[in-house]
Amino acid sequence: MGVKKSYPNEKRKFNKEKMKNIVKGFLSNPIYLISLIAIVFLVHTIVVPLWQMLSNTLLWGEGDQLINPDAIPGGLTIEHWKQMLTSEASKNVFYKPILRSLGIGVAVSIMALIMGGALAWLVTRSDIPYKKTLTFLAVIPYMIPSWMKSMAWLTVFKNDRVGGAPGLLQFIFGVGPPDWIAYGFLPIVIVLGGMHYYVYFFLLTAAALNSVNSNMEETANILGAPRITILRRITFPLILPAILSGVILVFSKAIGTFGPAAFLGLPVNFYVISTMLYSNMQTGMLTEGYILSLTLIVLAALVIYINQKMIGKRKGYDTVGGKDGRKTMMPLGRWRMPVFVTVIIFMVSSAVVPLALLLLQSFMLKDGVYTLSNFTTHFWIGKANPDIAMGNVGVLVNDSIGLALKNSLLIAVIGAGVAALIGIIFGYIVAKGRNSFTGKVVEQLAFAPYLIPGIALSAIYLTMFAKPGLFLPSLYGTLSIIILITIVKDLPFATRAGVSNMFQISGELEEAAQIQGASFFKRFFRIMLPLTKQGILSAFIIAFISAMKQLDLVLLLVTPKTGTLATITYEYADTGYPQFANAIMLIIIAITMVVYYVSSKWGKADLSKGIGG
Amino acid sequence: MSRIELKNINKHFGDNHVLKGIDFVIEDGDFMTLLGPSGCGKTTTLRVITGLENPEGGIVTIGGKEVVNGENKYYAPPAKRDLNLVFQSYALWPHMTVYENVAFGLTVKKFPKNEIRQKVEAALDKLQILPYIDRYPSELSGGQQQRVSIARAIVTEPKILLLDEPLSNLDAKLRLEMRSELKRLHNELNTTIIYVTHDQVEALTLSTKIAVFFEGELVQLDEPRNIYRNPADLRVADFVGNPQINLIDAFCSYKDGSLLTESVIGKLSVPTTKSYEGECVMALYPEDIQIFEQRRADATKCTVYSVLPAGSETLMQLTMDDETVILAKYMGEKDYEIGSSLWIKISSDKINVYDKNSGKIIAEKESYEELNGRVLA
Repeated sequence: MGVKKSYPNEKRKFNKEKMKNIVKGFLSNPIYLISLIAIVFLVHTIVVPLWQMLSNTLLWGEGDQLINPDAIPGGLTIEHWKQMLTSEASKNVFYKPILRSLGIGVAVSIMALIMGGALAWLVTRSDIPYKKTLTFLAVIPYMIPSWMKSMAWLTVFKNDRVGGAPGLLQFIFGVGPPDWIAYGFLPIVIVLGGMHYYVYFFLLTAAALNSVNSNMEETANILGAPRITILRRITFPLILPAILSGVILVFSKAIGTFGPAAFLGLPVNFYVISTMLYSNMQTGMLTEGYILSLTLIVLAALVIYINQKMIGKRKGYDTVGGKDGRKTMMPLGRWRMPVFVTVIIFMVSSAVVPLALLLLQSFMLKDGVYTLSNFTTHFWIGKANPDIAMGNVGVLVNDSIGLALKNSLLIAVIGAGVAALIGIIFGYIVAKGRNSFTGKVVEQLAFAPYLIPGIALSAIYLTMFAKPGLFLPSLYGTLSIIILITIVKDLPFATRAGVSNMFQISGELEEAAQIQGASFFKRFFRIMLPLTKQGILSAFIIAFISAMKQLDLVLLLVTPKTGTLATITYEYADTGYPQFANAIMLIIIAITMVVYYVSSKWGKADLSKGIGG
Repeated sequence: MSRIELKNINKHFGDNHVLKGIDFVIEDGDFMTLLGPSGCGKTTTLRVITGLENPEGGIVTIGGKEVVNGENKYYAPPAKRDLNLVFQSYALWPHMTVYENVAFGLTVKKFPKNEIRQKVEAALDKLQILPYIDRYPSELSGGQQQRVSIARAIVTEPKILLLDEPLSNLDAKLRLEMRSELKRLHNELNTTIIYVTHDQVEALTLSTKIAVFFEGELVQLDEPRNIYRNPADLRVADFVGNPQINLIDAFCSYKDGSLLTESVIGKLSVPTTKSYEGECVMALYPEDIQIFEQRRADATKCTVYSVLPAGSETLMQLTMDDETVILAKYMGEKDYEIGSSLWIKISSDKINVYDKNSGKIIAEKESYEELNGRVLA
């Protein structure tokens, strides 16, 4: 009896000891604490905004009583969705933009796939000359914002339908090109697919092709398979995972794209999801905008889901043997030079020509008049002159542009730096906790901003951070909110880069330090960080470039004091001063080019390492 | 002082039960080898002792101090266990020089600068790699990297040194060299060494004791020569032999302290302490088979299937009938035509007999001590 009585007592003591050890273990291992902070951060910056977006579309708002007498502010309703999906206007404000966006997504993906894939194959597998130069040239379009290429397009193909100065073609031939060439679907697809997103495909496929050991192809060759069969049966299946992830990347970016759709679509009232969203936001129709955003998110998530089902277990063949085998190049024979020239023409027209056109245009007093007497340096260094451009001074002497430059650099440097660092930390959490709950939560949440259209995210941030919140004061009108949103939007790829970096470091390297008694922070700073610094730098550069050209994400958030170079460009272009816009854009590109060049030269940063969506 | 005791260690990876109640003691100064095929739990056991892996159940004590208590979820951090580990991949930090790699543990422990240099140089000297002190790991050969990783592990003078398949990435010649180096180190350092390997020769050469693992269980723990002479079950017998041990199906009956076995190699009477009747398996090493070129009454006829010369010795595959192939070893050079006949003789004191169903040993050979005692007497 006595033994029985003391048993529960002992058991309780036992549990207490266990609890103490569990708590102690939790506190003494900072990874738990860091994971916790990471999750709180992600919930606050991603889950809460999404939730607010959703709840906004399902609740009656304050002003809704004026329209609908049944509305009780704060009450649950599906009226907004019903209105959006089934009313007379639905076709124009909902279905048409969505179908157009999907159409653009599909067309852009196909176009980018063909051009990027072909280019990648040529550079990695054929004997085309000047491969290094071609690779370098191929990356340049990535640094030029897509909306800038749209403006270049307009410079050439604009007709007199929408007023303003005519384009180059009309100036030369006297007849403007038809609308379907100048505006809408076709130019948007060409600009996005053929001049911009093919770079993503190129980098992803080239990396995959490089990792395919050419022994595998040679084996098929020895077995007597003709070249085309080798390509179809061996090479293509091996790089299929890379191709599919490229498709997702391009498709989801294309359906949410704003700049080209605004420049090339709005003049002919060609609305897609993002431009419709923007006009909703500007006219105060937040709820309608959110419904569109949520639809876009669901569509993008669906595409990714299908893609993952398709890739399935194939995700990542172990084709990388660690040995860099000698590659056998496919001879192009007498097609060698013609192919090379075609590629060069293509690169020049997608990278050099737009730049040159914009540069040229920034020196023209009167837009669209290509005569020598019309040239001026006013838009660069001119003093105030009431006769030209309403007295605006040249961009290099304009204080507000100096301020915007400072803002842009601040946002890009801090935003990209923090994003790259967070990416590495998240990468550590995910890589160490591959099978743990926290690891999965962090990985999934960090991926979510990828799906949220920039404009929708910024709209929700506007309402969320306008008033003092959980830990923060009101951020409206500050640079902090722009930096914050830049970081959040960069999280998906920064985290991916961090994860792949961390996976490259064998766990034993850290364990070896752990056994020696190095604390978590010592391990992180002395072992993990130095070993990943190249990856961090690459992630930083990509984030920096994308922050410098970021337009739709910050457009709603900027105030005159916090304007960036990109938003000022948009304002100038929107108000009819393309010369100023071009001049500023060239400054943006010059900065990104210099940063890219310096970092790849000295820091051995590699853009292709981080882009892999 | 640094006696290590594992009590009922249980570890799961998801649904996979990788350590099933491991129980054993490593005495102070032992060179204990954990031997077994890949996936048997030997590396996990090693990692449990180091603290890189935490078992759900069981107790580990080092030098009488509890470092793991699975029931209480108490796990002392690796650094508090006074041990060091040499990784299979060496795990040298590629961004640090040899000096920085070896000095890392001492800087963490905040030793004074000149003492660090002194200790590092001594450790590097002991492993004969002092000239490479300022190189980066990528500028060293595999064998040199291996020596650096050992130097890094011994420089902090741990009471226990653990090595996880340290020689598996070296070529055959370097491996031999490092084996004698490790044996020398064990004598010099006077530390307890725990060594993980799947190479039975390595285990037999180096250890003072071997623990053989299979499928998450400790199957046998003994001195190397006893493991070799009397493997506790068929899996151990099959694993330990080099070249491969012969396993011959037989049928046996028991009579007066002996097993009477009947098989393709004829009838044999094997002394035993256990009574057993039924299907069994006889195990005998290739080197215990006597080969005759002429017919003898006490030998069994067989046919040469293939001859594998290996310099100092010659291995022969011999067929008894259509199914049984026996491997025999001849010390020296020999060549026979394939298909020719030979006669082999097996003496019953060279045979272990196992229960075919459970795989457990029924008839053991005399232990090394017994044998020695008899010969001396």
